Amino acid sequence: MADETTDSGPVTTLATPIRLDFEFTPGVAQSRFLRGLERGEFFGQRCPKCGKVYVPSRGTCPTDGVATTEDVKLGNSGTVTTYCVVNVPFAGQSIEIPYICAQILLDGANLSFMGLIQEIPTDQIRMGMRVEAVWVDQSELTPSLASVRYFRPNGEPDADYETYKEYL
Amino acid sequence: MSAAGRTVRPVSIASFAQSQNVRKDDSRNEAEGLLPVITEVFGNIGITKDDVDFICSGSTDYLIGGPFSFVMALDAVGVWPPRSESHVEMDGAWALYEAWVLFQEGEIDAALVYSFGRSSLGNLNEILTLQLDPYYEAPLWPDIVSLSALQARALIDADKATEADFAAVASRNRRNALANPKAQVRSDIAPEVLLQDDYVVAPLRRHALPPITDGAAAIVLAAGDKARQWGERPVWITGFDHRMETHSLGARDLTTSPSTAKAAEVAGLSAGSVDVAEIHAPFAHQEQILVEALGLDDSVVVNPSGGALAANPLMSAGLIRIGEAAERIRSGQADRAVAHATSGPCLQQNLVCVLEGA
Repeated sequence: MADETTDSGPVTTLATPIRLDFEFTPGVAQSRFLRGLERGEFFGQRCPKCGKVYVPSRGTCPTDGVATTEDVKLGNSGTVTTYCVVNVPFAGQSIEIPYICAQILLDGANLSFMGLIQEIPTDQIRMGMRVEAVWVDQSELTPSLASVRYFRPNGEPDADYETYKEYL
Repeated sequence: MSAAGRTVRPVSIASFAQSQNVRKDDSRNEAEGLLPVITEVFGNIGITKDDVDFICSGSTDYLIGGPFSFVMALDAVGVWPPRSESHVEMDGAWALYEAWVLFQEGEIDAALVYSFGRSSLGNLNEILTLQLDPYYEAPLWPDIVSLSALQARALIDADKATEADFAAVASRNRRNALANPKAQVRSDIAPEVLLQDDYVVAPLRRHALPPITDGAAAIVLAAGDKARQWGERPVWITGFDHRMETHSLGARDLTTSPSTAKAAEVAGLSAGSVDVAEIHAPFAHQEQILVEALGLDDSVVVNPSGGALAANPLMSAGLIRIGEAAERIRSGQADRAVAHATSGPCLQQNLVCVLEGA
């Protein structure tokens, strides 16, 4: 027998709002990396077994499973190992498109990380390009990657492929 | 060996390690907290990660509030060359079960199982609400303490227990914990004194609740030659099973645990007596339900470690029960022991592991 509940059809959506708040614990190693950013410097850590330098380090070598205890100060410059040019707008985008997103291998590091490349036309980006970090003003430095405004070409000749081929 | 008619390949708890259980470890990330435990569990028997065929972990991203925390935790093991690895969104006791199944299939001879739970990073009482039915129960946000209080109330109303019984359980577990240097809550307080605590959610007073704990644990499993090489007194898993009950709390008799009883039956628990039981009962009233479901008599030493009332690192507290029970056998204090782990609201899912000395 039809009644109001059947005549209204199936319910297709049910909203059940959930919000949870969490504390984040960077840990010992990542805290050193973040404190470095607060001073305008990149710090990594070296694995005592394989000798690789991770930046940022999470306190252990993911290859060997041992603690990384030696802090290593890294250079302000690095090499673009690979990149993409973002042309697609999306919600929450804070940078004007098109822009370059690149993996950057800092000098002295064995792990690349993602960075924004600016001060160069997007069609001129290439693998091996040498870049340097541009930091926010001294008074705006915080223990966060927001302290790095972006990377830009540092004018050095491109790096030899052999120097970064393991980090693609 | 056999349990309930099945032939079981003997698998040994070759090594066990756990972190210091604390209210809040806010100095180390997951990998940093896990690393000493992994180092110890291998170091106990002089092996390395390269000596195990399989790695399985138990944890949940809901505790950390970030995705893929179990992948990041692998940094504490080191997974190069590429390893065979798996993860369960359950207590590490279920990760141990997954590894045990692979042993039964004959696919592996050694495995590392670990779990980690940092209960302090969010509001645990709210997080655990998300285990519930997402349409009709979770939106009402019934917290885990209130749900457990419903269960305790059902026990009292069925004339199966009194508040004094809950206090006696809490008092004994925390007194036992005085001998457990890894425990978080260790005290010698008489039940009548505990009964002066205020209610948190009636009929549960402060002492009937588990502590909020950050901690990690790890076990190495081994079979065949490796089991004998890695320990002079192997501790064998002779029966292992887990069962679950319906999701709907209203459809269950909360004063009993038929899933525990069924798991115990399939694991062959009643084939002999046990000297020690390590029972995962986060709330004091749950121990009595589980003792009954396991069919344990007064001669059995229950929770010599202090149990989950002394340290309750979520996702690890069940695995720790198995490790603690194994240690009783290894040390010669017991010949046969049973370990139990639970998950879900009001003992929804239960696991039973029977252990025997050589």
